[in-house]
Amino acid sequence: MNKIGLIIGREYFTRVKKKSFLVTTILVPLVIIGFYAAIIAISIKGSDEKQKIAVIDEGNLFTNFNDSLQNKFSFRLIKNETEQSFTKKYKDQGFDGFLYVPPFEIDKPVGFVLHSKSSASLATTSAVEKIINKAVRDKRLQAQGLDPKAYEKIAADVDLVNTVDSKDGSKKSVAAVAYIVSFACGILIYMMMIVYGTQVMRGVTEEKTNRIAEVMVSSVKPFQLMVGKIIGIGAVGLTQFAIWIILMFMLQMAIPLIFPGIMEQVSQAGVASQQAGNSMAVTAIQGISSLPLAKIAFSFIFYFLGGYLTYASMFAAIGSVVSEDQQEAQQLVFPVLMPIILGFVIMTKAINDPNSSLAVFGSLFPLTSPIVMMGRITYDIPGWQLALSMLLLIGCFLFFTWLAAKIYRTGILMYGKKPSWKEMLKWAFARS
Amino acid sequence: MNILELANLKKYFATQKAVDDISFQIGEGGIFGLLGPNGAGKTTLLRMITGIFYPDSGEITLRGRKFDPLNDSIHIGYMPEERGLYKKMKIGEQALYLARLKGLSKQDAMASIKKWFEKLEMETWWNKKVEDLSKGMSQKLQFVTTVLHEPKLIILDEPFSGLDPVNANLIKDEIFGLAKNGSTVIFSTHRMEQVEEICDHIVLVNKGKKILDGTVQQVKQDFKENIYRLGAKVLPEQLMTHIFEVVKHHPDHLLLRLKDDTQPNELLKYFISQGVNIQSFNEVLPSLNDIFIKLVEGTAATRQFQQVQ
Repeated sequence: MNKIGLIIGREYFTRVKKKSFLVTTILVPLVIIGFYAAIIAISIKGSDEKQKIAVIDEGNLFTNFNDSLQNKFSFRLIKNETEQSFTKKYKDQGFDGFLYVPPFEIDKPVGFVLHSKSSASLATTSAVEKIINKAVRDKRLQAQGLDPKAYEKIAADVDLVNTVDSKDGSKKSVAAVAYIVSFACGILIYMMMIVYGTQVMRGVTEEKTNRIAEVMVSSVKPFQLMVGKIIGIGAVGLTQFAIWIILMFMLQMAIPLIFPGIMEQVSQAGVASQQAGNSMAVTAIQGISSLPLAKIAFSFIFYFLGGYLTYASMFAAIGSVVSEDQQEAQQLVFPVLMPIILGFVIMTKAINDPNSSLAVFGSLFPLTSPIVMMGRITYDIPGWQLALSMLLLIGCFLFFTWLAAKIYRTGILMYGKKPSWKEMLKWAFARS
Repeated sequence: MNILELANLKKYFATQKAVDDISFQIGEGGIFGLLGPNGAGKTTLLRMITGIFYPDSGEITLRGRKFDPLNDSIHIGYMPEERGLYKKMKIGEQALYLARLKGLSKQDAMASIKKWFEKLEMETWWNKKVEDLSKGMSQKLQFVTTVLHEPKLIILDEPFSGLDPVNANLIKDEIFGLAKNGSTVIFSTHRMEQVEEICDHIVLVNKGKKILDGTVQQVKQDFKENIYRLGAKVLPEQLMTHIFEVVKHHPDHLLLRLKDDTQPNELLKYFISQGVNIQSFNEVLPSLNDIFIKLVEGTAATRQFQQVQ
C-alpha cells in the first residue's frame, strides 16, 4: 500500500510541478472568463450608441416615428431623394444607414432595403424589421377599417412560466440555462476523459520505451504501478477542477465589483424587458442559482472519476502494448474512443429529450453513462436510474481494471511486434 | 548456506521453451556467472529470480525460505540489460524514489544515496536530469540505484555494456567490494574474458537448459585437453615421436598435445635428450571462451521457434 502511495506521489507531483500545468489550469478559465466579461461589457455598452438612420419613404409607409425603439435609433424622413442618389450622400450627412421603402402593394410588401456603412448587426435588422412590420400592420388594419390603437389594446402578450414539480418543492426552470449547464458538464467530462486518459497512455508508453518498467516491476507489482499511475493522474485532474471552482467562486465575488450594474438588474429582472443583450447575463445568473448545484457537483465528480477510471485502465493497457510507434497507438486507441464519442452523440440528443429511451439507455450503459448522465443532470432524473447507473459504472470500472491489468502486466515487458487483439485477449484471460 | 536455490524451474512461452527444467544452487557471498548465448533464456531466468515473471513450475528458495516476490524485493537488486530511468526526473529525486520503492525509509535512503554518490563522485549530479547524462554516466547511476538498498542478492545483466574501460573498472571494483562485504552477485553476460576475471562459480545455459555448472577452475580442469606450451627452438626432425602430437609450431614455441598415458616429465626428458634448450614449459588450460564455443557449437546459432505443447 505504501508503495502505491509513493507511485501516486511521483505521478502527481511531477505533473503538478510542471509549468504547463499551471499555465493551462489558470490561463484556460481566465481566457473563458475574459471572453464572457467582454460579452457582458459589450452588451451593456452596446445600448448606449444611438444609430442614425434615414428613411426614403416612396411607399408612404410611415406616418410618424413615435416608437418604443426611438431610444436606440433615431429616424429621419428624407424627401426629394431617390435610392440611387442618396446612396452616395448619406455617409456625408452623418447617417449610419438608410432605409429605402419602395412603392408596394399592401398585400405583397416586398423590396425594402437597408443600406448601411458596414454590415448591420442582427439586432439592428431585426429592430428595423419590427418597425416595418408594425407600420405595414397598421396600414392593413386601417384598410380593414380598424383603429390600430384599439388593436394594440386587444392584442395579447402572454409570458409562459415553466414550473418543474420535483420533490423538494417547485422550482422555476430556466430551460436555456439548464441546457447550457448540462451541455457544459457533458462536454467537460468528455474532454477530461480523453485528455487524462491519453496522459495515462503516454505515461505508460514512456515507461516502457525508457525501459524503466523492468526496474520498477522488480520492486513493485505491475498492478501497483498501473493503479498508482492512474490514481496520480486522476488526482491531477481533480486538482485542476478544484482550482477552477475556486477561480469561479472568486469570479462570482468579483463580478459585482467589475460591473456594478449587474446585480441591480438581477433583482429587477422580473420587471425588466426581455430585450436581447444585457439581460442574457441576468438570466444566466438567475438560472444558475435555480439549479441543484450540490447534486450537479457531486454527480460531476462521481462520473468524472468513474468514467476516468474505467477508460484510464484501458488506455494504460493500450499504452503497455505499443512501443515507440505513435501510429500503432492511434490504431489501438480508436476502438476505445468509439464509445466515448458515441456517448457524446447520445448526450447531445439527451439534452433535448432527457427522458427518451435512448437517453435512459445511454445514461445507464457504463461506457457512455458518465457523459450522457451529465447531459441529463439538470433535469429531474428518477433516483433508481441514478443509483443503477452509478452501480453499473463501478462494476464496469472494476471489471476493466482487472482485465487491463492482465494485458498491462504482459505488455509492459514485451518488446518488438505489436500484439494482435487476439493475443491481447489471450493475455487478459490467461491464468496468472 | 545457499542464498539461492532453483529447483526444476520451467517457463514456457507460446513459441519457446525459454527455461526448460533448470536447477542450481548459489552459495552465499562471491560472484556467480550466468552464461549463455543470445536467446538462451538468461533474461527469463533472471526475471523469475527477481519476481517479474512467475515460473510455470519449479521452486525458488531465497535464504532458505520460499521466494516471495513482494516481500523479498528488498533483498534483491536488479539491473536489467536494457537500462531504464525516468528521463525528465531529477537524479537525486529519482534515486530516492527507487530506493523508497524498495522499502527504505526516507532517512535511510538519503544516507545511502549520499554515501554512494560520494564514493562514485556524483555529488554534483543531484539536481541534473537523467536526459543530461551521457550513456556511461547514466549506467553508473543505474548501478547505484541497484545497490542503494544494500541487497543481499545483486543481479547484474550485462553490467559493462556501453562503459569505457575506466568506468568499467570502477564498477568492477565496486562489484568486488560488494562481494567482499557479504553480498552475492549474479552476473549475466556472454563476454567470457570478464567472467574468467570476475566470477568464482559459473552456470552455462543454452536453449533453456543448463549444460555446465561448476567453479571456473573446476570447469577448466574438466575441459583441459592435455595441451602444453614449450618455449624452445625445435627442429622439425626432433618432433618424430609417438608420445605427443604437435598442435602448433611457432618459431620460438610449440603447442603439444600429450597422449593420454604420457606424463609431462616424459616429454621434458625426451626434449632434453634431444639436446633442445628449453626456456619455458607450462600447461595450457582452455579459456572459457573455447569451452563456451565448444559446448554451444553444433547447436543452431539462433534459436528456432517451435510449438510448445
